[in-house]
Amino acid sequence: MIATMEKSESRAQSSADLVVASLEGVNKNYGNIRALSGVDFRVRAGEVVALLGPNGAGKTTAVKLLLGLMQPNAGRARVFGGDPTNPENRMRTGAMLQVGRVPETLRVREHIDLFSSYYEKPLPLAQILAAAGLEKLSDRKFGDLSGGQKQRVLFALAICGDPDLLFLDEPTVGLDVEARRMLWDEIRLLVSRGKTVLLTTHYLQEADALADRVAVINRGEIIAEGTPATIKAQTAGKRIRCVTSLTLNALRQIPGVTEVLEDREAVELHTGIAEPVVRELLTRDATLSGLEVTSAGLEEAFLALTQDSSKNGSN
Amino acid sequence: MSTATIALSNAQVQRSPGHTATIYLKEAKYEFIKNLRLRMYTASVLSFPIMFYVLFGLVLNAHQAIGSTGIPTYLIATYGTFGVMGASLFGTAAGLASDRGLGWLQVKRASPMPPFAYFAAKVVTSMIFSAIIVLALFTLGITMGGVRMPFGDFARLLGTLVAGSLPFSALGLALGYFTGPNSAPATINLIYLPMSFCSGLWVPFMFLPKVVKQIALVLPPYHLSQLALGIVGAASHESNATHWEVLAAFTMICLGVARIGFQRDQEKMYG
Repeated sequence: MIATMEKSESRAQSSADLVVASLEGVNKNYGNIRALSGVDFRVRAGEVVALLGPNGAGKTTAVKLLLGLMQPNAGRARVFGGDPTNPENRMRTGAMLQVGRVPETLRVREHIDLFSSYYEKPLPLAQILAAAGLEKLSDRKFGDLSGGQKQRVLFALAICGDPDLLFLDEPTVGLDVEARRMLWDEIRLLVSRGKTVLLTTHYLQEADALADRVAVINRGEIIAEGTPATIKAQTAGKRIRCVTSLTLNALRQIPGVTEVLEDREAVELHTGIAEPVVRELLTRDATLSGLEVTSAGLEEAFLALTQDSSKNGSN
Repeated sequence: MSTATIALSNAQVQRSPGHTATIYLKEAKYEFIKNLRLRMYTASVLSFPIMFYVLFGLVLNAHQAIGSTGIPTYLIATYGTFGVMGASLFGTAAGLASDRGLGWLQVKRASPMPPFAYFAAKVVTSMIFSAIIVLALFTLGITMGGVRMPFGDFARLLGTLVAGSLPFSALGLALGYFTGPNSAPATINLIYLPMSFCSGLWVPFMFLPKVVKQIALVLPPYHLSQLALGIVGAASHESNATHWEVLAAFTMICLGVARIGFQRDQEKMYG
């Protein structure tokens, strides 16, 4: 049930094979609850890797282990080949975590000034503010910001030290569409400068848009890993929509069709490969009209994957 | 999966002493600014001892004395202790419990901040607020209460009370590790207010019931206030060495408890 795929669409960089962060055979329990189980996971230099999964899947736990904020019960977490808690590794790492409350009476630029002071070579304030879209908000107190603006401050604190490795835990939660796109652009810019990014998300679109590689995590286990394209290909990938005179039963008997749904005057067929099914449809029904073939989104793929793993898990 | 885990760089991060000092200074500076702007903090911590002093020391009993010590002078020592205790407990416990319980401390721990800088900032900030309270009481006492003493006594009183911030900061750190973000302020008050009363910070010690007087002997604010009262000539009979020893022992116990909390926290997940 662990479908691990060799991926290789990594950027053409000499450092592309260097592992900068890894979880190796990691188990993590909270009391009797197993949050992570046998997780093997690597992030190579220059990659954007998305850890994709529903709430409670173990994404945040994975990030916290890699940040050295907690220790695994079995296995180990490594960053830059060493212990994540090493100060020299922390110096090269930035993190955006989900925070319940940030000190509200400090101004944006004061928060950034303090965090910048921790690093050897912080970015200039103006550059940090620009990257996080906070130029006009630098004198605002944190408590006076909107939810999305607060997220941007946390992003600013993650990048202020110009780290080589960036952990972003649900970075775009609470952001509007525009702010989300802006953050995506910033992440791409960081990667173009040779940075490595691990982000967690339950927005499938986000993983699809940003990541070189996606690891799907559910109930503490990595259930699939690969490029966004391979993840999509792992499940029945096409939807065929058409208006036809064929009965639902007749449609179900076409080889390769996994599911048939009625949708107003049309029907929707789910299938792995579209072409043979379309050929068959056209042969059987000369009056067929309104034919549309679409790829299942990452969303469906993801749902299919996580449902499979839940079924297996309960057996 | 064929992957080589390679250390990209073995460069040690060795900060210069100047850089480290800058971090400690900034941490303390922003901790101070943060609390100064926090109305919850300044309103309760600064204004209560000052209001009590004005009311009971300047308005009501200004011309009375306890032994040879005028009430306005006596109350600088006791309300000073009360103020130092509040500034230190709220300055450490409330912030720590909230930072810890709501995830902010994890963001800081994930950064290369020297961990000790965080705690030092809280303790130093508590000492600065303690000094502000004592200096405010001095100013009011001198200008409106006719308080007079040699400059050296003012300096010793200030120094003693500000140093007295340490045991309560230590207690605050311990409380901050064992209370939640919502329960911390109530827990602090539950300790702070009864302790203040039993230690004779509100009602002069000799007017307290006998049983309370006995309880007071194990309470740190009693010992700090006795040290302060000793400077203005109104102490009970124990020696100063005893008071310092009790305060030092109490500080060590609280730091030990805080350390247990600190270590326990490394393994626990919040948020």
